[in-house]
Amino acid sequence: MSAPIAGSSGTQVPVLKLGTVLLVTLQGDLYDEAAEQLQRNIGEAIAASSVTGVVIDISGVEIVDSFLGRVFAEVAAHAKLLAAQTVVAGMRPAVAITLVELGLTLPGLRTALNAEEAMRLLSPASTPLHHSPARQESP
Amino acid sequence: MADHQTAVHQESSAQEVGDFLRRRREQIAQRWADEALFRTVFTVSRDEAVEAGRAVVEALAAVAVAGRVEDLGAAGFATVRDQLGRMAASRARTGATSARIADEVAALRPAASELLSADLADSPRELAEECAVTLTALLGTLRLVVLETALSAGQELIDRQRLQLLEVATPVIKLWTGVVAVPLIGTLDSARSQVVMESLLDAVVSQQARFAILDITGVPTVDSLVAQHLMKTVAAARLMGAECIVSGIRPAIAQTIVHLGIDLGTVVTRASLADALAYALHRQGIAVVDQDRSGPSAR
Repeated sequence: MSAPIAGSSGTQVPVLKLGTVLLVTLQGDLYDEAAEQLQRNIGEAIAASSVTGVVIDISGVEIVDSFLGRVFAEVAAHAKLLAAQTVVAGMRPAVAITLVELGLTLPGLRTALNAEEAMRLLSPASTPLHHSPARQESP
Repeated sequence: MADHQTAVHQESSAQEVGDFLRRRREQIAQRWADEALFRTVFTVSRDEAVEAGRAVVEALAAVAVAGRVEDLGAAGFATVRDQLGRMAASRARTGATSARIADEVAALRPAASELLSADLADSPRELAEECAVTLTALLGTLRLVVLETALSAGQELIDRQRLQLLEVATPVIKLWTGVVAVPLIGTLDSARSQVVMESLLDAVVSQQARFAILDITGVPTVDSLVAQHLMKTVAAARLMGAECIVSGIRPAIAQTIVHLGIDLGTVVTRASLADALAYALHRQGIAVVDQDRSGPSAR
């Protein structure tokens, strides 16, 4: 998506640090420029503070294109190099269908239903999915 | 000049045929009432058949007088279209094919043309021939109108049923807290699988379901297209943070999938809906316990 007005860099996406997790909440349309800026910000934030996880909450995003899809994948790859896990949370059905139709299934990306679940996935003490030692079922 | 003359001739013959139809309405209706088309539709009383025949003859006369003998959309047909449609529909219900109905309409011609030639016995030969041709054309148009009405009625039925099928066949069921399932029944095409995908993903959001089960027990065959739709649904559900399980793959279908070389390796599959639910519960750390026995069992 190109910005409607040239040089409208007003949409700054906040990157919040909660404990050992970075929380990024996207709202509304994200233009290419802002997405690239966000990618840089997240990288710097991970490097500067020792976080182990990044949660990108996209429940407020209604439209994605292939560029934004790639940004998600790149943020995840980037974060992985810096020893942090990325979880994309709260994707809307229409967005998911669009990404699948575009062929962007983002296989390396972890996903969660909502931000809360994503935080639970990343917290060190969590047992998000129960694994009983007695009965190990392979998926 | 010659063209103009022919046009005038045709117009006068159409006029003549229109007059003839009005004049002989009663006789034609009486004869038609004994033909297969009217006799089989109006089985209760012959008067009803005669009445219907009269209406049709009147409509034909109006069309002829208006000079639009070969026009399917002529105003005269509008009044009988409903009735002809009902007649054709009732014939179709008894198992008559379209060709059969067309033949029965064609069988109405001899009765009318006999009367016409008797009427015009004293007229010039040329005019009589002209009128016979016009009457034939008129009845040919009637035949087309009947068939068109019957076919459009059939098409309406098909469209309505297709819509109903889309609505009815894709319920999303909540099996447990955080577990939803779609039992797929019947052949999957692109339109239906799109509806299935959308309703399943909507349910994942509204129920905050971490597990979505696609049960294909009722799907008769799986080809590469259906498999692709399944994979897409699974991928979309995963993007939203839900895990998708495909259950109810019958041995024959499993064989087809292997033969087609479709890789379902990234998809969790289970033999039955019960197994899929057991898997979802197990992954959530829920155990179903048999009260008679002391130990918990995973299933």
